[in-house]
Amino acid sequence: MISVRNVNKSFGKQQVLFDVSADFEPGRINLIIGQSGQGKSVLAKSMVGLHDVDSGQILFDQRDFTTMEKSERSEIRQEIGMLFQGGALFDSMTVEENIKFPLTMFTKMTKKEMQDRVDFCLDRVNLQGRNALYPSECSGGMQKRVGIARAIAMNPKYLFCDEPNSGLDPKTAIVIDSLIRDITYEYGITTIVITHDMNSVMEIGDKVIFIHQGKKWWEGDRHSIITTDNPEIEAFVFASEFMKKIRVSLKAHNS
Amino acid sequence: MNEVQFIGINSIPIVALMSTFMGAVISLQTASNMDSPLLPAYTVGYITQSSIILEFSPTIISLILAGKVGSNIASEIGTMRITEQIDALEIMGVNSINHLILPKILASVIYFPILIVFSMFLGMFGGFLALVISDLQTTETYILGLRSWFDPYNIFYALTKTVAFGFIIVSVSSFYGYYVKGGSLEVGKASTKAVVISSVVILIANFIITKLMLL
Repeated sequence: MISVRNVNKSFGKQQVLFDVSADFEPGRINLIIGQSGQGKSVLAKSMVGLHDVDSGQILFDQRDFTTMEKSERSEIRQEIGMLFQGGALFDSMTVEENIKFPLTMFTKMTKKEMQDRVDFCLDRVNLQGRNALYPSECSGGMQKRVGIARAIAMNPKYLFCDEPNSGLDPKTAIVIDSLIRDITYEYGITTIVITHDMNSVMEIGDKVIFIHQGKKWWEGDRHSIITTDNPEIEAFVFASEFMKKIRVSLKAHNS
Repeated sequence: MNEVQFIGINSIPIVALMSTFMGAVISLQTASNMDSPLLPAYTVGYITQSSIILEFSPTIISLILAGKVGSNIASEIGTMRITEQIDALEIMGVNSINHLILPKILASVIYFPILIVFSMFLGMFGGFLALVISDLQTTETYILGLRSWFDPYNIFYALTKTVAFGFIIVSVSSFYGYYVKGGSLEVGKASTKAVVISSVVILIANFIITKLMLL
C-alpha cells in the first residue's frame, strides 16, 4: 500500500498541495482526478520523488520515501513502473531497447532471459513482433502500450499512469484502460492513475480521489461518484450537458 | 561508442574542411605580408605552423565545435527533458546526469584532442597546397619553415587547452539542456544560449590557460 500523510508542497510562494492524506490500495486501481492545475500531477510526481515535498510523509509499504537516502530511494524506484502522458520512450532506442533498458541497468539477466522478458512484455500489450520499431514509427496508442510494456518489465509493485488516455481516440483509450486493469489484477500491483477522463473513472476507478484547490476534496469509488452531492464533484463530473442528462436519468433510475 | 560517433566522428568533415582552407589562407596571407628581403622565405612555413598549433586548431576549431556539438547536446538533452524522458530515467532509479552527461564529457575530452591533432596536420597541409600550387614557395622551403623552432611544448599546451575546451563545451551545453523548462521554443533558446556561453567561456579560459602556460 502507498500512503500519503499530511503532504504540503509549494513552488516558491505558491502553495500547491495542502495537507493531503490518502491511502492507495494494493491490487486495485486508484484514480486521482481533478481539474487541470489543481495539484494532482504534483501529488503524483511528489509520490515518485520527482518533487521533494515541504512536509509530510509518503509511505511505500510503511517505508518513508521522504526521509530516505538516495540509494534507498533508488531501490524503491526499481519497484515503480510509470507510464507517462507522452509515453516518454527513449527516441534513440528501438521498442525492444526501451523495454530492455531497465533490465540491463538493474538486473543480472542473461541475454536470453532479457529477450524472453521483452517478448513477454510485448506479447502482454499485444505488440508482438514490433521489437525493431523506433518510437517515431509508432502511433500514439502503440507508444502508450510500449510505455506500459517498459513499465511492467521489472515486475513493479507500484504502477503510476499519468493521463494514460490523453490524445487517444475513445476505442484505443478503452484498450489502454483494459490493459491497466488486467495488469493490476493479474499481478496485484498498486496502480495509481491520474486522469480527467470520465470514461476511465467509470471503467477502472476502484478508488477515486478528487483533488480540488490542492486539497483532497472527496474520496469514493466509481459508483458513489455518480450519486454524491458534493458541488465541486458535480461541477467537474457533470460539466457537459450530455453528462447532466445522464445524471438526471441515473438519479431517476435509482429512485 | 555512440557518443564518440556523435561528438567525434561526425565532426570530422567540418574540421577537415575548415582546417584545410584556413591553413591555406593563413599561409597565403603570411606570404603576402612577407615583402622584406631580410626575412627568410621559410618564415611563412614557421608562422603558419605556429598560428595553427598555438591558436587556430585548438581555439578556433573548438569554437566551431561549440556551435556544432554544443547546440546538438543542448537540444538533445533539452528535448529529453521536455518529453519527460529524463523523468523516466529518474523514476527507474537511474542517475540521469551520470547516464546522459558523463559519457559525453569522457568522449569529448578523449576525442577532441584527436580531432585537433588531425586539424593541425590538415591546416599545415592546406598551407602547403596553397603555397606550392600558387608557386609561391618550394616544398623544401615550406617544410623547413614548419620544422624551424618547433617546440613540442606547444603541442602539449594546445592539447591541454583542447581538453579544457571540450569539457567546457559539453558541460555548459548539458547544463542548459538539462535544466530547460517549457516547450520546444525554450529548447531552441537553451541551445543558442549554450553556444554563446560556451564560446565566451572558451575565450576566457583560453586567456587564462595561455597566461598560465606560456608566460
